[in-house]
Amino acid sequence: MKILVAVKRVVDYAVKIRVKPDKTGVDTQNVKMSMNPFCEIALEEALRIKEAGFAKEVVAVSIGPSQCVDTLRTGLAMGADRGIHVETNSSFLPLTIAKILKSLAEFENPGLIFLGKQAIDDDCNQTGQMVAALLGWPQATFASKVVLDKDKHVATVDREVDGGLETLCVDLPAVITTDLRLNQPRYASLPNIMKAKSKPIKKMTVQDLKVDVKSDIEILQVTEPPQRKSGVMVSSVDELIDKLRNEAHVV
Amino acid sequence: MMMMMMMMMQRLRRSEEFIRFGCKSLINLRPNKNSVSRSVSGFVNHYDTKGRLFESKNGNHYNTELHHRCLGRNLGMLQQYKCFGSSSASQIERNPLFSSLDSKDVSYFKEILGDKNVVEDEERLETANTDWMKKYKGSSKLMLLPKNTEEVSQILKYCDSRCLAVVPQGGNTGLVGGSVPVFDEVIINVGLMNKVLAFDEVSGVLVCEAGCILENLATFLDTKGFIMPLDLGAKGSCHIGGNVSTNAGGLRLIRYGSLHGTVLGLEAVTANGNVLDMLGTLRKDNTGYDLKHLFIGSEGSLGIVTKVSILTQPKLSSVNLAFIACKDYLSCQKILVEAKRNLGEILSAFEFLDNNSMDLVLNHLDGVRNPVSSTENFYILIETTGSDETNDREKLEAFLLKSLEKGLVSDGVIAQDINQASSFWRIREGITEALQKAGAVYKYDLSLPVEEIYNIVNDLRGRLGDLANVMGYGHLGDGNLHLNISAADYNDKLIGLIEPYVYEWTSKHRGSISAEHGLGVMKANEIFYSKSPETVAIMASIKKLLDPKGILNPYKVLPHTLFSH
Repeated sequence: MKILVAVKRVVDYAVKIRVKPDKTGVDTQNVKMSMNPFCEIALEEALRIKEAGFAKEVVAVSIGPSQCVDTLRTGLAMGADRGIHVETNSSFLPLTIAKILKSLAEFENPGLIFLGKQAIDDDCNQTGQMVAALLGWPQATFASKVVLDKDKHVATVDREVDGGLETLCVDLPAVITTDLRLNQPRYASLPNIMKAKSKPIKKMTVQDLKVDVKSDIEILQVTEPPQRKSGVMVSSVDELIDKLRNEAHVV
Repeated sequence: MMMMMMMMMQRLRRSEEFIRFGCKSLINLRPNKNSVSRSVSGFVNHYDTKGRLFESKNGNHYNTELHHRCLGRNLGMLQQYKCFGSSSASQIERNPLFSSLDSKDVSYFKEILGDKNVVEDEERLETANTDWMKKYKGSSKLMLLPKNTEEVSQILKYCDSRCLAVVPQGGNTGLVGGSVPVFDEVIINVGLMNKVLAFDEVSGVLVCEAGCILENLATFLDTKGFIMPLDLGAKGSCHIGGNVSTNAGGLRLIRYGSLHGTVLGLEAVTANGNVLDMLGTLRKDNTGYDLKHLFIGSEGSLGIVTKVSILTQPKLSSVNLAFIACKDYLSCQKILVEAKRNLGEILSAFEFLDNNSMDLVLNHLDGVRNPVSSTENFYILIETTGSDETNDREKLEAFLLKSLEKGLVSDGVIAQDINQASSFWRIREGITEALQKAGAVYKYDLSLPVEEIYNIVNDLRGRLGDLANVMGYGHLGDGNLHLNISAADYNDKLIGLIEPYVYEWTSKHRGSISAEHGLGVMKANEIFYSKSPETVAIMASIKKLLDPKGILNPYKVLPHTLFSH
């Protein structure tokens, strides 16, 4: 079985981001970029499944500008077998990404598609669900535990939902999106970094995949959230009650 | 007439004795022991003084006048102390010349500082009286919180006139007991002086008050695209004033140099309240003697630093961190040499830790895991900082892969994002914390030739056997070893085995017994292991020049015998 893992290149989680002065987006110049943490978890899970003997190949795919190759190299250094880079300078929204991944899936025929539950730059939490819908495959999102049954060709997945944990059983092929507590991703070790240099990264374009990238959504403006106003020190309980009653009108 | 001659002779002899820094052998030779019984028994001084001190010429009276004044007051007074390793602090005698605090003093301080900034509250004093390692505890009854240089000046002027001893205090993160009172010295904490005064985005010169916390300065600079030239584990609490006063080293010294190079100017207040404005922001200024260097590293004994002007570095975008494992110390050395050559201008940190340190951290800290899958004898952290991500990454990878092929490195990982990098640093920076949690710790900070660094660890291990756990880690790139001995509790037998063995070992290899931690109170009497008596004599003169009454941070930095009362 082949596993396809989608990895996204995003602004590093630890960076303090700033909005561009023209409000068209977040400033990504000279800012450290890394693999989306949830995508790392997705890749780690795929690698563990391969190491357990349930899969033969793990393919990492990334969609974006030329620097995505760095992200793919990280994936290869973690242990993925090969990479696919769909090169484009536009920044696509989840629906377009989902269409591209659908096209790739039809090309590669994986038994499982792993994605992070959301990207930390847009927090959309849509791509995995859309890919499953487009392909007509079952989906198990927010996975915190994945157990494969090779004979029955199913995956039993624990999902983290608002009310607690939900356990699903999905037929393969399926789409699984990963949540934080699924695993702790491995570090890229030197021997693996060395091996990664000889692993192939295939370049493709959206035209190759015959995907219509026209978007129905236009981003109008990106602004920072309003500044939190500083608190006011009160000198007595009476003053507090007075403020709550007459100014905030909550008492 | 004869009486006068006798007195003169006595004084001459005594002043010579002061010059001779209480060397045990000399004291025994003094013909007239009854006049001043100064028994310096147990003084651990193994500096080789064969014949050299005897050459002190009769005409060579260092500050004899001062000594006469001291003698005039102290005739007949018994000053006895024993130095016995780390517990020496408890064996020091309070200088009787220092006044004791009274209510008039407190009222005066309240007048100049306001009631809120004069602290007599026991709980707050408890914390201020105790050092970070919980090894030293003073009994000060008063802590002052000045808000500006003028207030510091007024405080010191008053204390000098009243002969009240003081302790300048910053973040209180020092590791040699230099930031807490020994007895009832008044604590002057500059924590309220925490403003950034100016920042020049072209030159990168930052001017700020001494009470600014290092991490806050780093955060401020981050928004401007700059970084501080120093970084250390205590950054969340330490003040820049304290860093400057102790000439803190840290993780970035290998790349940006020491504070003696990066501090462009400072403002300090001397013991009598004089404000010395040396707050230049110029990179080059060769006009006269560069006095600021006296204050950098003098641990608050020559003046209180109130403002600092420091050269910061542009924040470079590409930071890479590798955590590698090596089988033996020889490989570590070879990797250091290779790293300096192959990574050259982008190398920004080179730290090492041994297996015992790794074990300690894994056992005592939460959320920490060994980045390398196998346990090895040594681990090295190599950080590169440059402006070209791809170029730097390739350089680092190429260097590491070559080292792997040569067999110098047995395993290693490269951090893929900032989170991974932080977790690697957590291991190295967390060793100090883990040591605190593990029980009693004897901490030594030595500069040694790189090839000797691990020999002392092995020697000490053999010497202590099962009694304690010996750990070696530190700034390998700077030749600085942090030697730590962890035991269940403090005991005299252990200390006897460790000291003066460690100091003698270091002295034999012409190393420094305190690479970056300073002398404080812990090593105040050990300076002779690394400095000659002549140089120490001049240090004493400078101290007496700038602080004649000795009120600034007494009992610390220089040997007690120099200031006998």
